[in-house]
Amino acid sequence: MARFTFPLTYPRTVMTSAPDTALSGKVLAADGTPLKRSLNRALRRQKLRALALIAPLLIFVLVTFIAPIGDMLFRSVENQIVPDNLPETIMRLESWDANGNEMPGEDVFEGMYVDLALAAEKKVHTRVGSRLNYEESGMSSLFRKTGRKVSRFETDAYEDALRALDPIWKEPATFADLFQNAEVAAALPFAARTWKRWSTFVTEEGDDPRTQKLEPYLSAALYYDLRDNDVPASAPAHLKAADALAAEITPVALIPEFLDAEEDWADAGNWRVIQTYAGNYTNGYFLNSIDMMKGVDGAEMRPENERLYITLFVRTMIMSLVITGSCILLGYPVAWILANLPARTANMLMILVLLPFWTSLLVRTSAWKIMLQQQGVVNDTLVWLGIVANDGRLALINNQTGTIIAMTHILLPFMILPLYSVMQTISPTYLRAAKSLGANNWTAFWRVYFPQSVPGIGAGSILVFILSIGYYITPELVGGTKGVFISNRIAFHISSSLNWGLAAALGAILLAVVLLLYWAYDKVVGIDNVKLGG
Amino acid sequence: MADSHAEDAFVEFDRVQKSYDGENLVVKDLNLSLPKGEFLTMLGPSGSGKTTCLMMLAGFETATHGDIRLDGQPINNIPPHKRGIGMVFQNYALFPHMTIAENLSFPLEVRKMGKAQREAKVKHVLEMVQMGEFGGRRPSQLSGGQQQRVALARALVFEAELVLMDEPLGALDKQLRETMQFEIKRIADNLGITVVYVTHDQTEALTMSDRVAVFEDGRIQQLAPPDQLYESPENSFVAQFIGENNTLEGTVKEIKNGIALVQLDGGGLIDCKPVNVTKAGERTRVSIRPERVEFDKTRLHADAHTLKAEVLEFIYMGDIFRTRLRVAGKEDFIIKSRNAPDQVRLEPGSEIEIGWLAEDCRALDA
Repeated sequence: MARFTFPLTYPRTVMTSAPDTALSGKVLAADGTPLKRSLNRALRRQKLRALALIAPLLIFVLVTFIAPIGDMLFRSVENQIVPDNLPETIMRLESWDANGNEMPGEDVFEGMYVDLALAAEKKVHTRVGSRLNYEESGMSSLFRKTGRKVSRFETDAYEDALRALDPIWKEPATFADLFQNAEVAAALPFAARTWKRWSTFVTEEGDDPRTQKLEPYLSAALYYDLRDNDVPASAPAHLKAADALAAEITPVALIPEFLDAEEDWADAGNWRVIQTYAGNYTNGYFLNSIDMMKGVDGAEMRPENERLYITLFVRTMIMSLVITGSCILLGYPVAWILANLPARTANMLMILVLLPFWTSLLVRTSAWKIMLQQQGVVNDTLVWLGIVANDGRLALINNQTGTIIAMTHILLPFMILPLYSVMQTISPTYLRAAKSLGANNWTAFWRVYFPQSVPGIGAGSILVFILSIGYYITPELVGGTKGVFISNRIAFHISSSLNWGLAAALGAILLAVVLLLYWAYDKVVGIDNVKLGG
Repeated sequence: MADSHAEDAFVEFDRVQKSYDGENLVVKDLNLSLPKGEFLTMLGPSGSGKTTCLMMLAGFETATHGDIRLDGQPINNIPPHKRGIGMVFQNYALFPHMTIAENLSFPLEVRKMGKAQREAKVKHVLEMVQMGEFGGRRPSQLSGGQQQRVALARALVFEAELVLMDEPLGALDKQLRETMQFEIKRIADNLGITVVYVTHDQTEALTMSDRVAVFEDGRIQQLAPPDQLYESPENSFVAQFIGENNTLEGTVKEIKNGIALVQLDGGGLIDCKPVNVTKAGERTRVSIRPERVEFDKTRLHADAHTLKAEVLEFIYMGDIFRTRLRVAGKEDFIIKSRNAPDQVRLEPGSEIEIGWLAEDCRALDA
């Protein structure tokens, strides 16, 4: 075979042009601009157009998917409601010895009085109580009941005394003007902060703080400051008069008032919880999620009888693995048959595989209840066949067996479909080739066919495992108490206990576990070994 | 037709029939035997039953009727993996998840051969197909021609005495195909193996084979060495299928001294060699190779019959000239002439007279 030889001049022309570009180091386009830049410019418009085309979907995904996940992750550490509403208490609790069994002193109660009264006026004291109740039960009712009574405390004595001294103290404007003086505001920090919180709240409500009716705790805060601090020289006369009066007033003891409202205020444990959860952000939800808690000296394990979540996580993992395993065992032969049948028959049988998708999940799960219960179809059949005795009927539902059976059935199509589409691409000639080379049926399958179907198993397993690890409805319906997953607990916290922070932390851990498994899978099997189809 | 009971038969098909649906026979009464070391090609259009025969021999299809014998033993009931027949598949069927060396080692592993011995054999066979340095690659990293060599090596590595090849060169380009034809033939001759080769490419069949079996409609139409097949086709299907052919239809006028005089339907009398005709009055299809047609009267017998022809088209093809003529009312009569210094280039539109030696013109079945 003679090869066509190029005329000699052809290589020569190529060679003369080559050194030009090599010397300048830059390849130029026809108009003299660097080729790279003109290529980028040409591509940029294409990229922008492509981006504009996918923009609606991108925005949709960001808004409806990424943002909620971000919000969930944020909620799992967020704790702002406590420092926002109990700043005075938290400040004063810093110097309290949390390890002792003594309840805090009068000064802490003074802070709590102002915080609680303001919270009660804002009607958020119950929410603060609920938040703290997640950590220590009883906190909710403590805050609710005391919040109701805090307005009836004897502390309006301070207000009355001030007004008796000078009627100017009846005017909200007096307070407003007073704290505009920076020196005064600095000398009376507690009163200034309280005035600021109150006036901000009033403004937010749409009222003018200069005309709004004053609350007794404003005067109380002013009294505590006058008692503890000196009034600057630039202070107006009525404040100086009030300062003089403060020395004479008998203070109202707050501890008896609080204990009268709710005697649990004497419990040092409650105060310890407030101190522990004082920060804007907390790892408390996460510690809770792994059966730990924030103690005085950092994290510690919960008592045995309160542990729950690690067991649930482990159970969720193990049962998901079992479900994935049984899906492989049941799905592989089905996918094999489908892949090796003529297309017409395979399509018809494929409808049977897809049929469950067209039935409501609830209906399918409820059907399993009928099948598996003690007097159900399966047990009846076993008794009739004489395999089990009538008084020894199997407990197939409301336990782990029930969950595994029902979920294997529900998730089976997710295993069969990727397996089928991968198997379809495996040519039957490979098996023939293996047999012609001397392999018996089993060796041909195991050494030649199976390795090629592994990507399908991988894809199916990832699908089934990730779906089942987050499954909720089926375990809820057929799982009883022993067969529920971590998701059921998350659902409980979302809809019943309303502890969204804990739900978010559990969800975040679940997400992390899935990502970790995905990473491990990538390391071991290789994610490019996963095929959903040809 | 082939004699099915040769004494030294290595592979033998004895009255084999095959039907897939119970209504139509794909293979009708196949009798074929080949001796050890023969390179036999099954040639035929698609659907002619050649691949089915190969699959029955390999054990992937079962014969509906009849016996297939290997070395005298009936193998109908022996599963494919126990037949010890090497096979090269159309798309090579190299296992994609194994390296080349693992692919080659596979048949040895299932035969429980020791590691050292396996490695030596794999190395040897890889060198035989000139792929020595590719043992560590995956099939997807090789070109089509290289995969083809590996597939061949895999069929040979366990020292099968019979190797089947199912259109192994179908996916290669022309040049590579020609190289590989030569290569396969060389290796097969060196090893002395028996090869049954299936193809629909007649050039391939003619260049490689010791004998060619032409399949059509589930039957062997002719089984002969390539030169006989080309020069003495036994029926008009073979004549048409192998090489280029001019056919003319007519009626036998008389048969005398081993020469048949045929009256063509389009007018004109010609001399032919009677092959499938025995008596005057029979319909016949006359077949003549384009390169055996003469238009130089001086090179024909003085008393030979000639036909008038009009030149329609002259095609310069480099090594040959190809001229299309109108002969006896047909416009697709081709003659080929060698591009020699003294060769005449026929002008389109000119009238010529053509003729041939009577033995080059075969009167076949109608």
